[in-house]
Amino acid sequence: MKPASFRYVRPNSVAEVCEVLAAEPDARIIAGGQTLTPMLAMRLARPSVLVDIHRIGELIGISRVDGAVVIRSATRQVDALHSAIIDEDLPLLAKALPWVGHPPTRTRGTVGGSIANADPSAEIGLVAVTLDAEIVLADGEDEEVVLAEDFFIGPMLTVASPSACLTEVRFPRRPDGRLGVGFQEISSRKSDFAFASAAAQLVLDADGACSELRVGVGGVGDVPLKLDAEALCGTRLADAEIRDFAVAAMADVETVGDLHASEAYRRRAGAALIAKAIIEARQGALNTGSSGGRNVG
Amino acid sequence: MHVTLSVNGTEHALDIDPRTTLLDALRDHLDLTGTKKGCDHGQCGACTILLDGKRINSCLTLAVMHEGDAITTVEGLSTPDALSPLQAAFVAHDGYQCGYCTPGQICSATGMLEEIAAGWPSHVTDDLEADPALTREEISERMSGNLCRCSAYPNIVDAIAEVGGAAK
Repeated sequence: MKPASFRYVRPNSVAEVCEVLAAEPDARIIAGGQTLTPMLAMRLARPSVLVDIHRIGELIGISRVDGAVVIRSATRQVDALHSAIIDEDLPLLAKALPWVGHPPTRTRGTVGGSIANADPSAEIGLVAVTLDAEIVLADGEDEEVVLAEDFFIGPMLTVASPSACLTEVRFPRRPDGRLGVGFQEISSRKSDFAFASAAAQLVLDADGACSELRVGVGGVGDVPLKLDAEALCGTRLADAEIRDFAVAAMADVETVGDLHASEAYRRRAGAALIAKAIIEARQGALNTGSSGGRNVG
Repeated sequence: MHVTLSVNGTEHALDIDPRTTLLDALRDHLDLTGTKKGCDHGQCGACTILLDGKRINSCLTLAVMHEGDAITTVEGLSTPDALSPLQAAFVAHDGYQCGYCTPGQICSATGMLEEIAAGWPSHVTDDLEADPALTREEISERMSGNLCRCSAYPNIVDAIAEVGGAAK
């Protein structure tokens, strides 16, 4: 038993969670606990109260609402991985989820927990930033909606106030048309933390030119980043153009270095993975009929 | 703090510190030492158990979070006289050297074969519409959360392949 002492509570509703959080400034939410449990053991986290939300029914589920796919925060990663809604409407997340941890951690780990935890190498956060997902926070009586790009402010740091409970993530539904998605990652071994990762989602028009492109890069800096891919829109996405774009995009990114991967390595790997993700997405779109259909990219 | 854990079909009423992981509760409070502590932070898989039939790392969860859940440890899979098919196959194929990771490997493989039976695809599954075939590549990918520092992997894969009915 290695963590510092804490009290454990299990509220039954989001309202009760907010009450506890408001009363206890050092309280911390636990859902899947796949990152927080070791952080407690290493005493990197020392909450006074641990607030267990993993059985709160209103925080579990995946649904279509207007043009969005809404994933409630305590939904397990394994349930997202096997969701027909995500498979059909959120192919980029479907592509990224197998990279999240390994099967036993996905049994417990939650979608909202991964976002709230804000590990810069986490795949779900990267997809959220790439797709402009909205993160919904309950804070007392208030509800706050934050764009994913604005939510992450540093490694394991977000704009969420200590009194807020992340309730859902709203991902925009995939655009219609010839869609392709790509997700690429490199780590020291499969299921370990990414040194660098990249996500891409694009639409090709009837002539094979790119009409919409979203690109993000993760693991290389303090937060997952969305890249401005306007330069490639309208082109036919030739390999050389894609590679030039990726190298140029990474030139502006402030990378971090550590024992496993230097700043220069992350810059090179980031560029290589961005290019591979866009090429993967392009091939996926080319393989799709002009009316769209199920993603195979 | 009070919690009732249902382990291998038996209910255990415990009064434990909320800091206790499920792994420590099993080993230190219930004397079920088949479940092993390797890294204690979710990297090695030695502590893998089945929770409501799904495999999890017991070091990554707190015992107090599991009131009413059905917990199965390696001790619950069989009796010493009648090994589970996977246990017998690990013996037949010498799927270990030191044996420390073995309970986790066997619990994980038990859960994994259920996932295959339920038709869950993996990262390396090509045809997402068909039932996944149990190739060596599939087994390796699906067992990637369980490390064996003796590197008995070829024999572990053989054992699982035999029980799962390996694809050519």
